[in-house]
Amino acid sequence: MYKMTSGFETHVELKTSTKIFCTCSTEFGGEPNSHCCPVCVGMPGTLPSLNKRAVEFAVKAGLALNCKISNVSYMDRKNYSYPDLPKAYQISQFDVPLCYDGFVELSGGKKIGITRIHVEEDAGKLIHKNGEILIDYNRAGVPLIEIVSEPHISSVEEAKEYVEKLRQLMRYIGVSDCRMQEGSMRCDVNISVSATDTLGTRTEIKNMNSIANIAKAMEYEAKRQINVIESGSNVLQETLGFDEKSGKTYSMRSKEDADDYRFFREPDLLPIHISDSDIEKIRQSLPELPHKKLKRYTTEFELEEREARLLVKYPKVAEFFENAAKGVKYPKKVANFIVGVIFAFLKSETLKEEFDLKITPEDLKSLVLLLENGKVNHNKAKTTLEQMLLSGKNAQELLADDDLSGISEADLESLCASTIETNPKIVADYKGGKDKAIMALVGVVMRESKGRADANKVKEKLIELLK
Amino acid sequence: MNKILKLHDMLIRKEISAKELTQKYLSAIAADNPALNAYVKVTEEEAFTAADIADRKLAIGEVSDILAGIPMNLKDNISTKDLDTTCCSKILEGYKPIYDATVWQRLKVKDAVLLGKTNMDEFAMGCTSETSVFGGSKNPHNTDFVAGGSSGGSACAVSANLAVYALGSDTGGSVRQPAAFCGCVGFKPTYGAISRYGLIAFASSLDTVGVIAGGVEDTAIVFDKIAGFDPMDSTSKSDFAPCTFNLLKKDIKGRKIGIPNEFIDKADKEVKTAVLKAAKDFEDMGCEVEFFSMPTLIKALPAYYVIACAEASSNLGRYDGIRYGKREEHYESIHHMICKTRAENFGDEVKKRIMLGTFVLSEGYYDKYYAKAQSFRAQLRTQFDKVFEKYDALITPTSPKTAFKSAQVQEDKAGSFAADLCTVPANFAGLPAVSIPCGKCSRGLPIGLQIIGGKYKESLILNLAYKYEEARGSFYIKDMGVRL
Repeated sequence: MYKMTSGFETHVELKTSTKIFCTCSTEFGGEPNSHCCPVCVGMPGTLPSLNKRAVEFAVKAGLALNCKISNVSYMDRKNYSYPDLPKAYQISQFDVPLCYDGFVELSGGKKIGITRIHVEEDAGKLIHKNGEILIDYNRAGVPLIEIVSEPHISSVEEAKEYVEKLRQLMRYIGVSDCRMQEGSMRCDVNISVSATDTLGTRTEIKNMNSIANIAKAMEYEAKRQINVIESGSNVLQETLGFDEKSGKTYSMRSKEDADDYRFFREPDLLPIHISDSDIEKIRQSLPELPHKKLKRYTTEFELEEREARLLVKYPKVAEFFENAAKGVKYPKKVANFIVGVIFAFLKSETLKEEFDLKITPEDLKSLVLLLENGKVNHNKAKTTLEQMLLSGKNAQELLADDDLSGISEADLESLCASTIETNPKIVADYKGGKDKAIMALVGVVMRESKGRADANKVKEKLIELLK
Repeated sequence: MNKILKLHDMLIRKEISAKELTQKYLSAIAADNPALNAYVKVTEEEAFTAADIADRKLAIGEVSDILAGIPMNLKDNISTKDLDTTCCSKILEGYKPIYDATVWQRLKVKDAVLLGKTNMDEFAMGCTSETSVFGGSKNPHNTDFVAGGSSGGSACAVSANLAVYALGSDTGGSVRQPAAFCGCVGFKPTYGAISRYGLIAFASSLDTVGVIAGGVEDTAIVFDKIAGFDPMDSTSKSDFAPCTFNLLKKDIKGRKIGIPNEFIDKADKEVKTAVLKAAKDFEDMGCEVEFFSMPTLIKALPAYYVIACAEASSNLGRYDGIRYGKREEHYESIHHMICKTRAENFGDEVKKRIMLGTFVLSEGYYDKYYAKAQSFRAQLRTQFDKVFEKYDALITPTSPKTAFKSAQVQEDKAGSFAADLCTVPANFAGLPAVSIPCGKCSRGLPIGLQIIGGKYKESLILNLAYKYEEARGSFYIKDMGVRL
């Protein structure tokens, strides 16, 4: 039986409005080389100036991942030559990173250790077109954090959950959009297999930009490594790419070609000093994290864990829920409507995450209040909500349109009376001792009233009339 | 000789217009530059435009800065927007920056008149200006000898009266040494006193913009105008507002001056004599002068070269022909293009230092060379802190020798490094230092006296330099260039 060992290096683009060392915009897209200046293009004589917001975002990320924060950390130069790297070195952090020693907790309780998180600058983008190489430096200088995990991941499922969790947390605290398809979150996957207690030789699969591909690549690579070992050879420590079309990993370069980055302290920047009180201020500015919210929802609001999990998954959903549930007697009803009706209406995960609705939390709240006050029954409330989502009209407006504010006492009485007269057989069954027969009569009244009546009231009225 | 205040006065009184003054300098440059090779580019149009603006302001009685209309030059590694900035290297042939260096911006707004960009050792690597792709600059006192380097062109021009003052750069002595060789004042302030933004980097933790002028007063005036915090340079000092000009005339009686034996011992006989005479002059002015020993000073040189080359190898990585500068045309791949561009367009000295720098940072050698050099650097800084608790300033020769003969240094590779012996420690420790002329050797070549101060003690060392200059006089060439 082979065991898998895997660790991830995840690059996350920080959504500061300007780049890490200059004031150019970090906005995605745009005409090539339109978000550039002498600094981020590395023109001769230019110098970097550290964007404090980027550091703040990185500390937020570290705190959200339970890391310790260094009071002093340093920037270093990582030297290598590549066309997308304007200065022929990347300003990064080598031996003293900003954050260290954290963890991500998976749903089963297993903790994936976070070795370190450091800040660095992104490189530009190479575009191959008509046999030419074009270079767009818009992305050069965008702030990144690199999150390095311990090799604690031991299955594809854990890997998927780890990446999902990272993504969720980074989006939750507002430091990154983590749009993998846009490249604002990229993973390098280290993976090895072993049939013994000693770790096998690991390979690195670079630049994975979708969770689906990560899973496919890991599955393929684990199998490939096992085949190599079973055939009597040794797994080579190498850097691999993943070809989506074929579903296979392929070699990019071997250990012999490994770059010597000649790291040294960046002389153009000062050490990064963060006091304990700075860290505390940043900690205070963090929103309530999902696992805390989950606990609160299950205790304070007494929601079921399954439902609570769905609500805390996306911050906008949670916010909407909390605002709608304020001052409502049964928050569970609010939760039901969100999970049962609104989620069904939105269908996709992306839309759920955006939670861009035509109604406000107050609108949902007033609908639930109507339900609690008996002004409308559960089914009607459900269909009303669906209409609210489509039209943007609030409950009052729709109910007025449909005259759904219930049925008058007199109408109820006459409707029940006429139902009794037109269903003598059922009445006979009931009077004969079949108590359950009353429900058949209730059903008829409900149908006749087009659902306007309240089922309990109908039952009471019928029993009264049949005394 | 100090000229700024006098020229400013003449301009105010309308004894001469800025345009006329500019014309005088440009004519002198046209006549004398071919033999001296101080200027690699003369910026006539820009000079007249600036002079014109200065004249207009003067005409309407608008208060003009002391530096308005005063002709000057910039070493060719200081970025000038839309004007060639080549570092005297083939690889930056035709490169025109799209922005101005901060130091130039600060002078430009005061209507300084830029006469042109001056010659330098390629990428500031050298001590003769001969590694320039344009050839070496000559010493105006005797053109068989070099102007020094790497700011050779700037120092030559100032000494030959082809500019009133200049801005150069000093990484291991590149402003002080050519000033010493050419017989003018060369001043390197504390690292961080002047913004480096726009100075094309050689060694980031050592590079400093420096001032070259005919006298100490002029030096102080220019320094005060360009110094101070720049948000574009994270290593520039905040809360720094020097008033060195107003402190030049302070009484220096009682100042304690130390002379490190190690540098005196390494100097040529005539240089030693001149420096010891200067020491006596300071004593006569009421200072306490004392010899002492600081053996680690000698070790600064090899440690400096390790760090300088390491940083240079990294700073020069960006010259790959992709975004600016020269790009070789015939290539098979992008990698090939980059290699070819660098191989064909960097000079030998630059290549040597890049290779050395790459080596000392590489896997397996980092600890032995780079880390060790940095550790030594920290030690030297601490030692200097102690030294400056005892002394107000140190005096040394600027260079152990006077100017080399042209092409002499090319043959003596290791010797060229040794020339920086006395100037390197100030860069290594980030301290301010100034070179002032203190005599001439039997060949008629100037001898430079160096005064080193503690961190941010620019006012103190310029004060000492000014008093010495007052007592001793200067050695400027009276019969060349623009005569006042």
